[in-house]
Amino acid sequence: MTRREGGAEARAGWGFITPAMLLIGVFFAIPVVSAFVLSFTDFDIYSIGDVGSTRFVGLKNYADLFQMPLFWKALRNTLYFVVLGGPLSAAASLAAALLVHSKLTRFKPFFRSAFFAPWVTTLVAVALVWRYIYHPQYGLLNAGLGLVGIGPIDWLGDPRWAMPSIILLSVWKNFGYNMLVFLAGLSSIPEELYEAAALDGAGAWHRFRHITLPMLGPTFVFVGVVTMIASFQIFSEPYVMTQGGPLKSTTTLVLLMYEQGFRWWRLGLSAAIAVVLFLLTLGGTLLQLRLQRSTTR
Amino acid sequence: MIRGKVARWQSGNTYRITLPLCLLASALTACSRAANDTSTLRFWAFGREGEVVQELVRDFVRDHPGARIRVQQMPWSAAHEKLLTAIVGRATPDIAQMGNTWIPEMVTLGVLAPVGSRLPDSSYFPGIVATNVVDDTLFGVPWYVDTRVLFYRKDLLARAGYAGMPETWDAWREAMLAIKRTMDPGGYPIFLPINEWPPMAILGLQQGSPLVTEEGFGAFRQPAYTRAFDFLLSLYRDGLAAPVSNTEIANLYQEFARGSFAMYITGPWNLGEFRRRLPPGLRDAWATAPLPGPEGAGSGVSLAGGSSLVVFRASRHQELALQLIEYLSRPEQQAKFYRLTGDLPARREAWADSALAGDREAEAFRIQLERAVPTPMIPEWEEVTTKVMDHTEAAVRGGKSPSVALAELDADVDRLLERRRFLRARRAAGTP
Repeated sequence: MTRREGGAEARAGWGFITPAMLLIGVFFAIPVVSAFVLSFTDFDIYSIGDVGSTRFVGLKNYADLFQMPLFWKALRNTLYFVVLGGPLSAAASLAAALLVHSKLTRFKPFFRSAFFAPWVTTLVAVALVWRYIYHPQYGLLNAGLGLVGIGPIDWLGDPRWAMPSIILLSVWKNFGYNMLVFLAGLSSIPEELYEAAALDGAGAWHRFRHITLPMLGPTFVFVGVVTMIASFQIFSEPYVMTQGGPLKSTTTLVLLMYEQGFRWWRLGLSAAIAVVLFLLTLGGTLLQLRLQRSTTR
Repeated sequence: MIRGKVARWQSGNTYRITLPLCLLASALTACSRAANDTSTLRFWAFGREGEVVQELVRDFVRDHPGARIRVQQMPWSAAHEKLLTAIVGRATPDIAQMGNTWIPEMVTLGVLAPVGSRLPDSSYFPGIVATNVVDDTLFGVPWYVDTRVLFYRKDLLARAGYAGMPETWDAWREAMLAIKRTMDPGGYPIFLPINEWPPMAILGLQQGSPLVTEEGFGAFRQPAYTRAFDFLLSLYRDGLAAPVSNTEIANLYQEFARGSFAMYITGPWNLGEFRRRLPPGLRDAWATAPLPGPEGAGSGVSLAGGSSLVVFRASRHQELALQLIEYLSRPEQQAKFYRLTGDLPARREAWADSALAGDREAEAFRIQLERAVPTPMIPEWEEVTTKVMDHTEAAVRGGKSPSVALAELDADVDRLLERRRFLRARRAAGTP
């Protein structure tokens, strides 16, 4: 009797999770597995005409990839973005959150919305505006720098400046989301801690250093991991602003994957890039989790 | 401005209500059957051509009661991707504009229908027709044509003692040396950007190089291309061309007006640009000329570019589509098309019959089009061009020796074409 009831419960349980599992299977597991399999084939434009002509080539795509100078360049560019853009973005988010959270700030809802606005606007529209800002002759940025005597910089046309320009745009575009996360973290810190510290004579810096930062620990882990994963996948900013140029200085791994896949239709090679990117991201995430666990302890 | 655009869109799109419904009920065949009864031709066109084609087909629709044409205009940058996506999703249109370098790829994918003997043979430029023929079958009808010629400053050439553009490589080189002597330091006789592949391919074609062999190997180490490459490199080495990319000069037209360079190998779109952008005082100071050749004018070939009109195999209105192509190929339609877009007509009659007849600068294009030859007709050609530029840059700016650069170029191209050779061998062996 009881066993039967248990069976019915289990069946009901399966009934409840089946739709979700089906969706995950169709839209997640199958594509991921096929991308992985694809990365060991030479699927390309000829395969689109005749799938039967596709061959399994083992690790050849990976070998080709590691011999490709552009892959290493894209990897360097991506790491540049991750290492510089990620922390900058997190720092900007924290700074904005502290400003908005401060008791001295008036019109908090207004500032919160204003800082969050870039995150919800479409990148393509924003890119148009930023292209004007970065314009070497008529741009706002060069006009501003000109006032303090700094010569005009070709922000998007100079290989040295293109990536920093993309990072600046990306930080501006994305800091709003993490700001909200930090705000949530800040509002969960009990006020008594600050009062007690103030009674003990701790100044603003010490209160920030020894109360705010430690209490935000879990928030930092979340922001750090999410920001890093997003940074590894940087694509739309260079795609709409520079198409990877000048001199490939803003070609990132995902942009390279897109070019190989949808410009030259080497989907096998493109899938291999996806697998490499996945492993990199996974490695980066595990490393970060371990580092943060050891520092919070 | 905006209202005008909306009005044009609405008048052009007779299916603005039924289309979403069709999409919504795409599982049901009712909608598509309804569309079939009225014979709706789906026509994809790109860029500026896509904007004006609506106006061109209006009379055709009037003459064919029951026929409807739904033009979908898309930017060139998205066109190729969109075509391939449509092929994979089996949603190709009935008729489309097609850059003629894409035709080999589309034929490889097996999506184009032969257009048969619809071509009024002798009235088309032979090199352009050749770009539409794969395995002796015609897959496209040239719509407008494109090639590269020399744009040059007559006054700077005259100052160096030349009345006209020379016709052989040797004389051309002499003229550039003479111009260099009359120039300020920092001036270069010819603008030959290292990120533009056409001159690199053209010089090779002029020497008779196939660029890529029939068997699917790079032909860049063969003597024909080596001669062209040596000539090209000598222009940079002797200070006749600056080793820069076209993104490194601020404004091409200003520099040309200023006399920073005296020659530039470019295409028909620049006829309009040069007229619009150069100061009025220079109106008579520049001209165009067919490209010089290693052995004189006859060997001065150039690229056979442009767009064709193609019919897709999956179309259920192939006859109507072919009629539309015939209609758009009429000389008077071609002339009208030229007036609307500035695109050079594919038929010789249209050249005699329009504003083109008295156009001095366009005349060089007419002559050059008689000597236009196709680039290798393989789907990988565009990717090969990126390798040509990479390795030319390595030789010009990176100090690689010419023979090493060409050997590496061949190795790269061989790698790109490995798959093509495999399929070729398999086909030759008779296995399907």
